[in-house]
Amino acid sequence: MLAFTLRRAIQAIGVMIAVGVISFSMFRFAGDPVNQIVSLDTPPAEREAVRKSLGLDDPVPVQFARYFGNAVQFKFGVSYQFRQPVSSLLAERMPATLELAICATIFAMVFGILMGVYSALKRDTVLAKIFQAVSLIGISLPTFLIGILLIYLFSVTLGWLPSFGRGDVVRLGWWTTGLLTLSGLKALILPSITLGLFQLTLIMRLVRAEMLEVLRTDYIRFARARGLTTRAIHFGHALKNTLVPVITVAGLQFGSVIAFAIITETVFQWPGMGLLFVQAVQNVDIPIMAAYLLMVSLIFVTINLVVDILYTVVDPRLRSTIRRPA
Amino acid sequence: MSLRQSLLAVATVTMLGFAVTPASAQTLRYANQGDLKSLDPYTLNESTTHAHLGHVYEGLIARDKDLKIIPALAESWETPEPTRWRFHLRKGVKFQNGDPFTADDVLFSADRIRKKGSNLQTRISPEIKVVKVDDYTVDFVLPSPNPILHYQWDTWYIMDKKWAEANNSIDPTPAAATTPSFASLNANGTGPFTVDSHQPGVKTVYKANPNWWRKPEHNLKEIVFTPIGSDATRVAALLSGEVDVIEPVPLQDITRVDSTPTAQVLKGPELRTIFLGMDQIRDELLYSNVKGKNPFKDIRVREAFYKTVDVELIKTRVMRGLSTPSAMMIAPQLFPLSKDFTRPKLDPDGAKKLLAEAGYPDGFEVTMDCPNDRYVNDAAICQAVVGMLARIGVKVTLLAQPKAQYFAKVLQAGGYQTSFYLLGWTPGTSDSHNVLYEILGCRDDPKSPRGQGNLGGYCNKKLDAITDKVLLETDTAKRDLLIKEGYEIAAKDFSYIPLHQQALAWGVSKKVKLTQRADNQVLLYWATKQD
Repeated sequence: MLAFTLRRAIQAIGVMIAVGVISFSMFRFAGDPVNQIVSLDTPPAEREAVRKSLGLDDPVPVQFARYFGNAVQFKFGVSYQFRQPVSSLLAERMPATLELAICATIFAMVFGILMGVYSALKRDTVLAKIFQAVSLIGISLPTFLIGILLIYLFSVTLGWLPSFGRGDVVRLGWWTTGLLTLSGLKALILPSITLGLFQLTLIMRLVRAEMLEVLRTDYIRFARARGLTTRAIHFGHALKNTLVPVITVAGLQFGSVIAFAIITETVFQWPGMGLLFVQAVQNVDIPIMAAYLLMVSLIFVTINLVVDILYTVVDPRLRSTIRRPA
Repeated sequence: MSLRQSLLAVATVTMLGFAVTPASAQTLRYANQGDLKSLDPYTLNESTTHAHLGHVYEGLIARDKDLKIIPALAESWETPEPTRWRFHLRKGVKFQNGDPFTADDVLFSADRIRKKGSNLQTRISPEIKVVKVDDYTVDFVLPSPNPILHYQWDTWYIMDKKWAEANNSIDPTPAAATTPSFASLNANGTGPFTVDSHQPGVKTVYKANPNWWRKPEHNLKEIVFTPIGSDATRVAALLSGEVDVIEPVPLQDITRVDSTPTAQVLKGPELRTIFLGMDQIRDELLYSNVKGKNPFKDIRVREAFYKTVDVELIKTRVMRGLSTPSAMMIAPQLFPLSKDFTRPKLDPDGAKKLLAEAGYPDGFEVTMDCPNDRYVNDAAICQAVVGMLARIGVKVTLLAQPKAQYFAKVLQAGGYQTSFYLLGWTPGTSDSHNVLYEILGCRDDPKSPRGQGNLGGYCNKKLDAITDKVLLETDTAKRDLLIKEGYEIAAKDFSYIPLHQQALAWGVSKKVKLTQRADNQVLLYWATKQD
């Protein structure tokens, strides 16, 4: 077990290094940061001075070594645009992204499960058909379009909800939250729906398929034969057994919810890490890009690692193969 | 004190009270595509930043609604000798932290803006000596006469010496700072607003400065600024009434905003000139099928290109009517004799003949570099140009890239790697000398900054000689004639193909009245808002 965990951890580190190398080589194509910093009529000597102060005149291997050495120590330097340490910028933006991601996931889970169960149990009703259609829209429409449609409907036409930003936030230590003010809660609704819609459809379809599967199994039939109430069968037995894969998928998807928040955050001008990243790309702000990519890959790797380990805990069949790796 | 006197006193106090607090002080919410990246006024030489900081800081001079120079922190100035400028400072002005404004602050600011790390070093050349005559008089001693010494000083913001020293901000925050600085996150000027809170990339709140020395034209108590990068969201925020002012409104949304009852678009020609440039310096073009020679060195080829590009068509089809076709390399507002210039007539047939005479009867191939996120509809303009040139047999391959990659390739730092390109230029000084020197000046001396923005390397020594005279000529009428002569040479040489001034488009709620200045600085201290 320990050997397995270690092996997985080493693989995870390998993935992180690969991400680091790939992102570093990508930065070389992102453009010249110096041009984003100085204006068109800045004298060449001044440009060179800026380039030098950023260490951009060093040979590529030296730059990579420095970047890598700092990244290992979680030192990401100072943002070119904002002149603030990247770590504090990310820490400042993280609550916004996490709040949005969590709300979106909760929204997706609650409505996804409800809709999934309903459309599995009452397959032929009109409502179930509508749910299916909605899920098709959720899967096929791009996020930014959904966001803009929601803005035009609920902000511009109806005027119910704000079209951008986080509303008023309350500071709790280093964490800022929009959950404690009315304007903060209102501001959360549209972005959460936008971000969560894809997950919602995924979960709904998964629940529906799993539920249909489970309802066909023998133990459900026996349960019926024993005369249990339909309600107990559906929710006490069938749903419980469908939830295992649903929770796994939702957990794994949480990483991508955070990563895909980039688009939602851009559309809603949500002051989170994704927006910070998009602005960084436009301005060739390499320190932010590097830190963000590494952080997102760290989240992904960690979630996967945890899931892998949990699997072996949950499923004894996996353990035998682990002891004798193929 | 008699009863009458005390009544009078009460009345006066009441009236004063009314005067100080406007009847209905308003909060104005403003969203811009770009962000306010640093509060240090010497970090970035960029007009959005200048506009933001202009609410907090002030210069010795200011520019009014028509860009005319007016006194600000300097009450008046004179030139006792051509090389000595004397500025008389305004008395009784206080910085927002209460420090009085004196000559020491001017000296300090003149020093700081020229230090290493400042992005605005060109505001005051290093050879100029700044001398304190008394607490409210400062002399600038120049090595040679310069009639436009103060032209850019509306954005040379004066900082408080004591405040900077107390907060470890004596040196300017370099654009490439590796450590955060106090002055980039805090501000202390003499201007109409104070920075109440500043969260870069998220929100900045300004509060009206009750102790401002000028009588405010605005009725605001607060300005809340949010950067909104996404076009659709910015427009939606205006239409839903969540913000009062947005800049810019994307072209495709202008009619929609205008058709709503709550908001409208303020339009006007901008100072930036959009133009096409051609590599005229290399012996062989980098990106062309013509080998061994450079077709753009032949004036007939340049003339043919000029006469093929239909700016009116670009205006109606690409710019949706929102551009002002241009015959010169400077915006007409900035040069009084601009009416004397007209574009040569559109003549594709004549152009074809010219190309044949030059030895390219079947045209040739060339690659065009174009940004796609820098100017209004930039890539679409280039696309249109490609189609127009196809009519005379020139096959243009378009390379439209984001500005980050585009500028890295075509600017000096990238080795001017372009054969044919689109660029926009606003003279920072609002004066022609900048255009004559930077865009039309020869690039042959690598040590001189002349011609730095001249990516195609156009060169005419006669023009350079005129440019040098322009710098020293102090008589305005004579100077304008010299400038005109310079532009005439450039036009006769078909040095560039000027296209147009793009239009400013600000989205403004109907509750708000504000002045649109042609340099695209959104200055909300001229804004009033109704309930």
